[in-house]
Formats: sequence, structure tokens, C-alpha cells
Amino acid sequence: MKRLFLARNILAAMALANVLIYFLEPAKAFSILSNAKTYLIEMLSILPPILVLIGLFQVWVPRDTVELMMGNQSGWKGILTAIFLGTAAMGPLYAAFPLGVSLLEKGATLFNVAVFLCVWASIKIPMILFEIKFLGTDFAGLRLALTLPSIILISFLLNTILRRRGFYEKA
Amino acid sequence: MALPVLATIWAIGFLLTIITPSIISKAVGQESGWRGIVLAALFGSIALIQAFIAFPLAGSLLRQGASVSAIAAFVTTLVMVGVITAPLEIKFFGRQFTWWRNFLSFVMAIIIALIMGNILG
Repeated sequence: MKRLFLARNILAAMALANVLIYFLEPAKAFSILSNAKTYLIEMLSILPPILVLIGLFQVWVPRDTVELMMGNQSGWKGILTAIFLGTAAMGPLYAAFPLGVSLLEKGATLFNVAVFLCVWASIKIPMILFEIKFLGTDFAGLRLALTLPSIILISFLLNTILRRRGFYEKA
Repeated sequence: MALPVLATIWAIGFLLTIITPSIISKAVGQESGWRGIVLAALFGSIALIQAFIAFPLAGSLLRQGASVSAIAAFVTTLVMVGVITAPLEIKFFGRQFTWWRNFLSFVMAIIIALIMGNILG
């Protein structure tokens, strides 16, 4: 309830700001709204297939499989599965959030889900090709080589910190 | 659920209008040293630009003389850190997870940037 109230205040503040901008620079005010609309449409076009995918995932992929592949005993296999899932998928990071949650619910470890999210965000074959084209092989290659161990470290720290703070009990 | 999402999308509208590629060019291209890296990382964290715009932009900034570190910080935080999508991340994973994932990613992006600057710069 408190959060809903906060969201309402933020919305009111933005509406006010938008009106103020309209008086100063009308074109900008409309551009804000049209950018928001474009983004909303993009989001609405991405979410339904994601929801279908999650529905299928929840029904078809047995809990045992997820636990075996990405659970507590999965070790290297779990990391590799997370990396594979992250690079194979396409789409913005917010599309990965609901998938990550359903992986957690099916018994994947927080560490592996964090790897999955970070890889989804930063390592994609088409994106790497694009980076090579515009920033060069050295830049893209070195950044990729540094990103992968960083992801492992981020996920390890995230897992350690959240475990200490009782994330698992709440989840 | 609807109100926070609406607020996020509206905020994205503001952001896409105010933080344009040309503003980013000015901020990231001219500053150098520590300030440039941190500024680039901050812009990358709040900006929402798709790869097909971001990489050509980063490439042209690099050719115009921006530092390798700043560009690496910008590109890395752009993909890994999402301040504006944080409300959505919180909805799914909670506040602690979201804060720590983004914070750790930001720190690692700076470290990656510094290493890259050392090797390629």
C-alpha cells in the first residue's frame, strides 16, 4: 500500500514535470510522451511471448531437471547451463526477470540465476559481432574476456551477500 | 502492478528525450581521466540505448579521441546496469538482489574499464 502511494506520487510529479516542459518546450513534452508510448508498445510486444514461454516452462520442465542442471549439486554444469541459456536467448534484460524467477522457483541456485541474468544482459553473439564491427576485435575481445570472469565474481558475491542476509528464507 | 510499471515507462520517456546520443557524446567524449570514466559509467547506467545505436556511437566517440576506459565503462554499464529498469527488477527479485546486482555490476564495469585502458589505451 505504501509503495502504491509512492508510485502515485511519482506519477503525479512526472505529470507535473511534463506539463511544465510543455510550457517551456512543447516539442520536448510531446517527444517524452511519444517515446514512452514507443517503449510501452515494445514492452507489450515482448511480454506475451515471454509469458507463454514461462507458462510452457512451468508445465513442461520438471523441477528435477532444473535442480539437476542448475541446482545445488550442479557445479560446473550449472554455470555452463546458465551461460548457455543466457546467450541463447534474445531480448531486453527485463524479459529475463520473470524467467529467472521461475528458474529460482524450480530449484536453480541464486548463483546460477545471477549468472544467467548477467550473461543475458551482456553476452550475445549478434551483439559481439556488432561490437567487433564498430569498436574493433581487440576492444570487443578483451571486453568479452573480462566480462565473463566478472559475471562469475558478481554472482558469487551476490550469492554470498544475499545468503548472509537471509534471501533464501524469504524467497 | 500497473502503477509502478506506468511510472517506469513514463520515466523512460523522459530519459529517452533528455539523454540523447549527442548529450552522451559531449559528456563522455570530452572529459578524461577518472571523471570521464565515472561519468561514462553513470551515463551507461541510466541510459537505455539499443546495441545498434550504442556501438556505432561508442565507435565514433573512440575515433574522436575519447579514452578507451571511458568507452568501455559506458558500454559495459549500458548492458549490465539498469537504473531505470530497477523498479521492474525489484518486482521480480526484491530490493536487495536488485541493489547488489546493479552495484556489483557497476563496480566491475569500472574495473573492466581500467584494465582495458591499461592494455589498449
